[in-house]
Amino acid sequence: MNLFKFADIRRGKDSSDRVGQFMLGSYIILFLLFLVLPLGALISKSLENKDGEFIGLANYSLYLQEPALFQSLYNSLFVAIISTIIVVVLAFLFAYAITRTCMPFKGFFKLVALIPLLSPSILAAIALVYWFGNQGVLKEILLGKSIYGPIGIIMASVYWTFPHALIILTTSLSLSDSRLYEAAEVLKTSKLRAFFTITIPGARYGIISTAFVIFTQVFTDFGVPKVIGGNYNVLATDIYKEVVGMQNFQMGAVISMVLLVPAMIAFFIDRYSRKKQISLLTSRSVVFKPKKHFKVDMIMLAFCSVLALIIILMIGMAQYGAIVKFWPYNLNLTLKNYNFEVAGLGWDSFYNSVRLAFYAAIFGTIIIFVGSYLIEKLRINEGTRNVVQFFALMPMAVPGLVLGLAYIFFFNAKDNPLNFIYATMIILVVNTIVHFYTVSHLTAVTALKQMDKEFESVSLSLKIPIYKMFWRVTLPVCLPPIFDVSIYLFVNAMTTVSGVIFLYSYDTTLASVSAIHLDEQGEVAKAAAMAMLIVYVSVAVRLTHTIITKKVLRKTQAWRYNILDTK
Amino acid sequence: MAYLEVKDLSKFFGTFQAIKDIEIEINEGEFVCFLGPSGCGKTTLLRCIAGLETQSSGSIIQKEKDISIEPPSNRDFGIVFQSYALFPNLSVFSNISYGLINNKWKKEDINKRVNELLELVNLQEHTSKYPSQLSGGEQQRVALARALATSPGLLLLDEPLSALDAKVRVFLRKQIRDLQRKLGVTTIMVTHDQEEAQTMADRIFVMKDGEIIQSGTPKEIYNKANSPFIASFIGSMNFIPASIDASKKVKCNDVEINCDIGSFSENDNVQLAIRPEEIQFQQENQDDNVVSGVIKEIEFLGSFQRVYFKTKNFSDELIIVDVPSSNAKKIKMDIDNEMSLYFSKEDARIYSI
Repeated sequence: MNLFKFADIRRGKDSSDRVGQFMLGSYIILFLLFLVLPLGALISKSLENKDGEFIGLANYSLYLQEPALFQSLYNSLFVAIISTIIVVVLAFLFAYAITRTCMPFKGFFKLVALIPLLSPSILAAIALVYWFGNQGVLKEILLGKSIYGPIGIIMASVYWTFPHALIILTTSLSLSDSRLYEAAEVLKTSKLRAFFTITIPGARYGIISTAFVIFTQVFTDFGVPKVIGGNYNVLATDIYKEVVGMQNFQMGAVISMVLLVPAMIAFFIDRYSRKKQISLLTSRSVVFKPKKHFKVDMIMLAFCSVLALIIILMIGMAQYGAIVKFWPYNLNLTLKNYNFEVAGLGWDSFYNSVRLAFYAAIFGTIIIFVGSYLIEKLRINEGTRNVVQFFALMPMAVPGLVLGLAYIFFFNAKDNPLNFIYATMIILVVNTIVHFYTVSHLTAVTALKQMDKEFESVSLSLKIPIYKMFWRVTLPVCLPPIFDVSIYLFVNAMTTVSGVIFLYSYDTTLASVSAIHLDEQGEVAKAAAMAMLIVYVSVAVRLTHTIITKKVLRKTQAWRYNILDTK
Repeated sequence: MAYLEVKDLSKFFGTFQAIKDIEIEINEGEFVCFLGPSGCGKTTLLRCIAGLETQSSGSIIQKEKDISIEPPSNRDFGIVFQSYALFPNLSVFSNISYGLINNKWKKEDINKRVNELLELVNLQEHTSKYPSQLSGGEQQRVALARALATSPGLLLLDEPLSALDAKVRVFLRKQIRDLQRKLGVTTIMVTHDQEEAQTMADRIFVMKDGEIIQSGTPKEIYNKANSPFIASFIGSMNFIPASIDASKKVKCNDVEINCDIGSFSENDNVQLAIRPEEIQFQQENQDDNVVSGVIKEIEFLGSFQRVYFKTKNFSDELIIVDVPSSNAKKIKMDIDNEMSLYFSKEDARIYSI
């Protein structure tokens, strides 16, 4: 008699089960080591005094009594909210133009809009300095206001977060059922009313999701306020000052917690609204095909052209600044700014960045894809699945700066056996993979969900261990999304600042960090050159990726379309 | 000794009991169907037999070996799913040979076996195609060949025909049935389509709410449905509220019906059930029941016509009569015609409400 009536009896295990369980266990240990315990170290640090004694919430009350620090919280919220509003409006209109109108040159606009993804966020700040800085070309436009401060932060933030918003909103707007519009037309609904009763509600969750993603990105960004913030302090720069400037780790930890909480809240609201978005769609929906409408198409063309022009002018100015001899007095062109030896730096940081990007892309893709496969396809205990799933989603809620600081506290502890990875390339790779885990994981999960859920069952019935099937079927079928994940990791590893600013060492300086330091030293042209190097590599890798993907697709076209049919 | 025995099997999902104390015996070479509406637990039961779900209690014995806690890879079965689950990146040949390669077959043996199977399912000319280049019916045949490749002792079919067009479905029904007879492989099929179950199975287990509520040959189930649920699930049925009077006669409103009341006793409220095709327009036996009705509606359904009659003092609902189209030509049927409806004592069944 089974005493636990609701529980299943224990089933015998085969090699697939054992391998799966072992790997799942390893993932839990890795997540504990590289995510949960470091965050725990951060929390406990915020509750300690300088001698490492537990003092409860004393640091927090100290924080609240410090008007300057409190002002930063207000500043952070201010720039984040304003940037979010601007980005959501601009990106929504842009996405609308791309998905719902017959505007010409859509492909071109889509391509241009994604340019900011290829550069570190500081590139926008540097370009703004050239445009509107003390010696900027268009300085007068600001009517005596300084670009160094909230204006600059907001402009640069809008620039670099725009493509992120565009991607979510384009997806959300393209998932629309054309029959709703046909029904509205048959009922003689005006276009405007259809827009407010069908389009907006349909994209509602996409808009909410975008707003929270962008808010978090701006709220937790370090590079932009560092370069163009001037005296306008935000939380991210405060953490850096406390930790690097004043060696006040405890206060750094406290501010990190202040940064973490809104990011967490935004994350959960985002998750919630994404779930809703999915449930709005049925598999029977008919894809919307826009109709020509001359006036709307032209207005949208003008609007998108202006945005595209601004994007091109931003990156163009960064490039121009990088090859000008001595701004603004000698505008002759030169490549001397790419010689970083003079700044005592050399090209090492650039090579380090490329190495980091390669390692993160290769190891990250393997780890993340296998991990999502284990969660998605193996017959494992529901509790274990939920734990790993939660761990996989958690990194998205943790700002890079916070994770980096947590790593210092955890791995730099003398009694930590993993202390040896501190100040090495390993810790940078691990940090980068963890920091960008969630988005990659979700991409992989989406791809895996499209695969027939009975493949594993069929394999088991044919006595083929799951890992053999994984190799022979799952992997080849999922190659395109796997490439996507690897490219995402590569580009982000190249461009990230906040995740690694605390973790690089003398031997492992990185290009994005170097650009910040060059800017700090007043070497703006060299900073621009360094930031542009990152762009070149990102572009080259993207192009290679496109070519490879096309080849893979051609080779495998015979079965490509089938995946979409099978439920 | 039965080939497959399922003893006292239960499965909970949380606190929901998906299947309840299932007892089944299946003989070697038999083709059985688990038939029931969606959510009745039939697929869960099949997956427990395959080991793809783990039961909460109970045991499964295959060929006198207790396989209750064996993982699926240690059990002897082949399986075909509704979605085909063909590997999209592998050709038809590679899909079918998928299970053979791992079992250390020699190359020429594999070729021989795959060709044999292709012939069996009539797909010789498609060897090197990818699944997406085949029609649904062809894909399902490949899935069948793949499941049979290793000559499993037990073939499990999980709604194999549900995703296909009606025509293909009828064709494949026969093909699978013939194949099963030829190979003699013990087969369990899960379906919600009663016609499929009736045409293919040697024996049907009708399931509802996680329980087997009746089992028997297709004929037995059809003719001696033990509940109004099965009677209406398998084929169609007219149900007429009735009661049993003091003289142990069945009465529908004022009409007295001549039929066997079984174990019901006086004053019981019951329902009278008659299949639409068992109602005739001519009297055949002396003791046939007769009611008169007026035609309200006629539906043309190809091989037969479904006629709805309004009756006086018999039933509040319209009575359905199925008339073979060949017969219908001879009888003049028009709306508002009044006709006499006859049904025999044997064809009238009584169920509790």
